Amino acid sequence: MDIIDFTVHELQEKLKNKELTSYDITKAYADRILEKEKDVQAFVTDISQQALSKAKEIDNKKASGEITNSLAGIPIGIKDNICTKGVKTTCSSKMLENFIAPYNATVMEKINEENLINLGKLNMDEFAMGGSTEYSYFKKTKNPWNLNKVPGGSSGGSAAAVSAGLVPWALGTDTGGSIRQPASFCGIVGLKPTYGLVSRYGVVAFASSLDQVGPITKDVTDCAMLLNIIAGHDQKDTTSADIEKKDYTKALKNDVKGLKIGIPKEYFGEGINSEVKASLQDAIKRYESLGAVVEECSLNIADYALATYYIIACAEASSNLGRFDGIRYGYRTSNYTDLKSLYRNSRSEGFGEEVKRRIILGTYVLSSGYYDAYYKKAQKVRTLVMKEFAKCFEKYDVLLTPTSPTVAFDIGSKSSNPLEMYLSDICTVSVNIAGLPAISIPCGVDKQNMPIGMQLIGSRFSEETILNAAYAFEQDYKFREKYKPEFKK
Amino acid sequence: MSREDYEVVIGLEVHAELSTKTKIFCSCSTEFGGEPNTHVCPICMAMPGSLPVLNEKVVEYAVKAGLATNCDISKDSKNDRKNYFYPDLPKSYQISQFDKPLCEHGYVEIEDEEGSPKKIGLTRIHIEEDAGKLNHNEFGGGSLVDLNRAGVPLIEIVSEPDIRSAEEAERYLKKLKSILEYIEVSDCKMQEGSLRADVNVSVRKRGAKEFGTRTEMKNMNSFKAITRAIEYEKDRQIDVIEEGGKIYQETLRWDDVSGKTFSMRDKEDAQDYRYFPEPDLVAIKLSDEYIQKIKNELPELPESRKARYMEEFKLSEKDSRLLTASKYLSNIFEQAQKICGNAKAVANWLLSDISRILNEKEIEPENIPFTGKDLAKLVSLIDNGTISSAIGKKVVEELFENPKDPEEIIKEKGWIQISDEGAIKEIVLKILENNPQSIADYKAGKDRALGFLVGQAMKETKGKANPQMLNKMFLEELNK
Repeated sequence: MDIIDFTVHELQEKLKNKELTSYDITKAYADRILEKEKDVQAFVTDISQQALSKAKEIDNKKASGEITNSLAGIPIGIKDNICTKGVKTTCSSKMLENFIAPYNATVMEKINEENLINLGKLNMDEFAMGGSTEYSYFKKTKNPWNLNKVPGGSSGGSAAAVSAGLVPWALGTDTGGSIRQPASFCGIVGLKPTYGLVSRYGVVAFASSLDQVGPITKDVTDCAMLLNIIAGHDQKDTTSADIEKKDYTKALKNDVKGLKIGIPKEYFGEGINSEVKASLQDAIKRYESLGAVVEECSLNIADYALATYYIIACAEASSNLGRFDGIRYGYRTSNYTDLKSLYRNSRSEGFGEEVKRRIILGTYVLSSGYYDAYYKKAQKVRTLVMKEFAKCFEKYDVLLTPTSPTVAFDIGSKSSNPLEMYLSDICTVSVNIAGLPAISIPCGVDKQNMPIGMQLIGSRFSEETILNAAYAFEQDYKFREKYKPEFKK
Repeated sequence: MSREDYEVVIGLEVHAELSTKTKIFCSCSTEFGGEPNTHVCPICMAMPGSLPVLNEKVVEYAVKAGLATNCDISKDSKNDRKNYFYPDLPKSYQISQFDKPLCEHGYVEIEDEEGSPKKIGLTRIHIEEDAGKLNHNEFGGGSLVDLNRAGVPLIEIVSEPDIRSAEEAERYLKKLKSILEYIEVSDCKMQEGSLRADVNVSVRKRGAKEFGTRTEMKNMNSFKAITRAIEYEKDRQIDVIEEGGKIYQETLRWDDVSGKTFSMRDKEDAQDYRYFPEPDLVAIKLSDEYIQKIKNELPELPESRKARYMEEFKLSEKDSRLLTASKYLSNIFEQAQKICGNAKAVANWLLSDISRILNEKEIEPENIPFTGKDLAKLVSLIDNGTISSAIGKKVVEELFENPKDPEEIIKEKGWIQISDEGAIKEIVLKILENNPQSIADYKAGKDRALGFLVGQAMKETKGKANPQMLNKMFLEELNK
């Protein structure tokens, strides 16, 4: 087996047993990037060559006992909307093409404390708005399972890089499904933590009340390990929860006997691809065979979740993205005569179509005369969505749904039809609206060998429950042993 | 109809910078006057990904202000975003409070035209952040942004439209300023912009129930400009109406040089702030205990201090009110009377000569250059006969010019009172010799002549002669 095929917990073992050094691992990834990046196009900024000297340094410090963390020297990839001191943070936008943050995001500080090595910044839909990574200003990332297909989005660079073995694991962000949907499209594991579990400080905001940083990994154990690193209260983010720190790897008990799983029927209706449905049915049977108690249930408000999501997310985005005005940093037009034209032209030229579409939508729903009909109503529905979920969690430990109604689609097939693109978020957005944790794990492939993802949703701060449920499935199904990305051209 | 048939209706939105050490959402210094962009960080510069953290002191100060102005304090409050584009507003939104302010339904008591108490209602007090500053044309055209002030905490105090004249507006503002100074939440330095007001003015026919359409003048930062602007705007509106015109609700710019208001309609068009709840901050929840604790810690306010002066020092209502109107004046009074024990004399000096000089030189009480200790010394020097009160007046002038211990001043200037009998006699004889007519007048029963002679003697000695001794000795000589 090649180094790049190991999971992080396997690499951790090998580092501990001194079978491998950080340099060996980092070199394997740097070489892999040289080989495959031209096909996958996952990186906005590739710093894997610089990472080699960092790896050597860490090996030395480990030898001298200066560094003792067991994960020290393991590489990682970072989504390009997470601020990294000294390395560009572009959000895949022309607006921030040359922006270098003078500070680290809190999650980045935590990554550095563990002495993980940043291999580079990963491609995404511009400002995390999109579901295919086609809205990146710089490049279109390809799905490693079939290079003609999208990797999903917006964390498409992160998912494709993990799937293709360009990084052992990565950080993504999820506002309406941006970790789970690309993880599903690329046949890997992605977790959106409970809102407030992970600090948002230094993560370029798309929709402040929905955004969360989360792990994108090869398997559930790696996912729990990365969550251990990034979770925790941060004084710099007052929306981060002050709760006791947990070791999520301890939750992986490989036992779902008696676990009550609800299957919300609304997520299996029209619009869900039949192969996806069939694969999910198999997964449900597998859970039953493992001793879980599965029952159909209902989430009535599911129909309204998508509209609610787009109103709230766009409203917050329209305000959050106001700071990109060409005054202090980022893109400034060369074509202006007064303040108004400086604003107008900088923003018109610096933002892409989808970002502008959402800023306009968001500005509209907040405008006087429309606020009550849209934003205020959406907030009320949001409360209903939360209540509806809370009712479900009185009966069930976990809810099981598809992650996406389809497998990865062809590049270019939806990018000109925003509504169709928005519909691919239909299974994931309500989780963000309710602030819940959810994980996507692979549960099969379709006839074309494209991965299918299953989403497990838990109640607030029940990451341990969904991680354990995911782990039990993973151990029994062994997806990684059965299927591999083929880089089909 | 004449202008007299109209009444003016005024409401004020006062912005006071809070004197917290750090900004409202980050730990940068709030100090005034640093080099441009030196009191800044990623948060107040609105770098991508930065997040605000609410400074608890800001909430405490705002609650203090609310309690000192008889407001109800909201136990469940929140922040909202006010969205608009301007280069001094780095986030493109100001974090403020929209529909759930910290304090509501208060009032401030002032005196109306007749001198009877009048309550000016306060709609609300809310917390928000200040914007930065644009420095225009300093480097050959264009503007430069200084974000030192961005994120300095403000409270906005919104009054009801209860004010009916420019004088009332000034009295209300002075009272508000005084309260904020007493509770030490703002230094209220108007020239530094730490206290400024948006002034809303409308007019209506006397007796009318409906309000007229109002105009707003923003960011006024002197009492004089505010009263002048109100007077001007009142007359302008009346004239427009009298000529059959219409008042438009708009923001006006007051030009202090020409003494006129100008329309700023360009900036006004399509101003929709798209307020919505700030998702980066959690709701502000206050407990009853917290509010009670701040209430218990409130210092003595002008009203109760005034009552105490009347009771403790037997000062008149008017003198007590004038003394306590400014915390700084009042503090000098307290310090001086404590040292010299002559409250009446201290009050007299403060309210006569010292107040006159403050007025003439346009000095705010907080900028009085000497201390209560100096004033106490002055009063003692008069009380023990070292100087006359005429010299006392000169010492006060000197205290403003070149403040130091009054004892040193009179030594340096040679102003010590002449109380030596021989010396006084010499002067008296000299004056009598030069003024035979006055002697004749006095003998003819004109008592005024004595005053004239004493005056001449004081002039001769540059005010240093002991006036009681002069009086006595002139009488002795004249009655010989």
